[in-house]
Amino acid sequence: MSVEAESQAVPSRPAWRRAIGASAGVQRFLVGLAIPLALAAAWEIAVFAGLSDGRLVPPPSRIFAEYAELWGNGDLIRHILVTLVRVAIGFGLGAGAGTLLGALAGYSSLTRRLIDPTLQGLRAVPSMAWIPLFVLWLGIFETSKYALIAVGVFFPVYLGVMGAVLSVDRKIVEVGRAFRLSGFAMIRRILLPAVLPAYVLALRAGLGLGWMFVVAAEYMGASEGVGYLLIEGQQFSKPAEIVAAILTFAVLGKLTDVLIAVIAAPFLRWEDAFGAHQGGA
Amino acid sequence: MLALQNVGKTYPNGVRALDGFTLTVAPGEIVAIVGGSGCGKSTLLRAVSGLDRSSVGTVTLDGEPITAPHEKIGIVFQEPRLLPWLSVAGNVGFGLEGWPKPERNGRVKAQLDRVGLADKATVWPRELSGGQAQRVAIARAFVTRPEVLLLDEPFSALDAFTRADLQDHLLDVWADQKPTLVIVTHDVDEALVLADRVIVMRARPGRLYEEIAIELDRPRDRQSAAFDFAKRRVLAALDRSLDRRATSDDAETKTSAGAALWW
Repeated sequence: MSVEAESQAVPSRPAWRRAIGASAGVQRFLVGLAIPLALAAAWEIAVFAGLSDGRLVPPPSRIFAEYAELWGNGDLIRHILVTLVRVAIGFGLGAGAGTLLGALAGYSSLTRRLIDPTLQGLRAVPSMAWIPLFVLWLGIFETSKYALIAVGVFFPVYLGVMGAVLSVDRKIVEVGRAFRLSGFAMIRRILLPAVLPAYVLALRAGLGLGWMFVVAAEYMGASEGVGYLLIEGQQFSKPAEIVAAILTFAVLGKLTDVLIAVIAAPFLRWEDAFGAHQGGA
Repeated sequence: MLALQNVGKTYPNGVRALDGFTLTVAPGEIVAIVGGSGCGKSTLLRAVSGLDRSSVGTVTLDGEPITAPHEKIGIVFQEPRLLPWLSVAGNVGFGLEGWPKPERNGRVKAQLDRVGLADKATVWPRELSGGQAQRVAIARAFVTRPEVLLLDEPFSALDAFTRADLQDHLLDVWADQKPTLVIVTHDVDEALVLADRVIVMRARPGRLYEEIAIELDRPRDRQSAAFDFAKRRVLAALDRSLDRRATSDDAETKTSAGAALWW
């Protein structure tokens, strides 16, 4: 009951809890865990009872053992760090460029007419198709991976920022004009706060694609990184390692997504939209 | 003094929204502008505010031409248009950016007191009712102490009780600083409660049709015979502006129908 009482007191609730959706508390979390836990337990029992040898679909105990081994010899943390650095650099480049060009295209119709058709054309290219070119241009090592991730991040951020700037309420902009704001002051005091919620969403969408593309980048050739564990697991026929890598990606993806949400939450407390007060991140 | 000289506005699609509008408003005077829809009331207000420019004619404030938003001219829109990411106090102080903090806070607080929302200073706009939000919008416009305040149907979205309440609030705040008020309204009662002068406009093209001076003492009693008489004069003028047959002579019977129908 104390959990519910706390969710009533919206302003006093710490923003980070709202951002990660902890408001309805442990109860909801456990409900969400029920199906995966039940499936895992059932499979574990099935393998234990000899109904399957679990070679291609490893039971949870073998995945844990795999984790323990990877963790124990320090491999797991090394691979995670390598992958995180790749995503961070690729995301930084892609989100930076997407923000800049998206803001320019949204703010000035001339810029939009100039660059938007080209970018929309490039967007139509499935991003994986760039891989051979990037490898030829940038080599097979890190730079081409950064570039691929950046391309993946760029488009959702660009589109999100441009759309957000274009859809800022004209009436709110007029308030700015009535107070004689123009140029930079208008951007800082009206446009920037107005686009912030949509911008955070765009960044989160971009980050999701960044994680997708880091897998592709590492899959196309890498000697380390969580994606490399996938290849290794495939080549040495170790499904437990593949599943461990998959789970690692899931956890990393969710954690970094929550990180953005948490950082943004204090700036978005004012939001008045469906979902903004339901603790849904 | 606010002076409009032969102001006209033709939109790019050829619509003449406003034509040859001439009016001078004395400092501290309250002018209400009424008229049927499409008579150019809002166009007029936007030209005075500097948000839009007139096609012909000039708007001047104390001799200074107004072609862009001016610090001495404030505006309250039909909707509160509060900035949702600022607290109520932040919204009220929006026009005081760059002021020393103590002075700014003092003014904001005083203005919020004046509209009866001192206890709401720290809440978000989303937590306000429609009437409260519009009071914040009024406070935001008054806090910079404009010489002229324009109000574009400011209370039209509110229920009758809230509207009467806000009209009183508006007169209270006006009494402090005595700025010139130009208020566009659909509501004849509102015009009569507030204004020293009611301007009736006529549509296609929008132009000044009739001026009616309201010489009633404030606070005005909405039930008094004098109020009723003034109301009939305005309604009759509105009927004539819309080419209804009612004249001021037989207004007695016809305006009741007109009153219900003129907008």
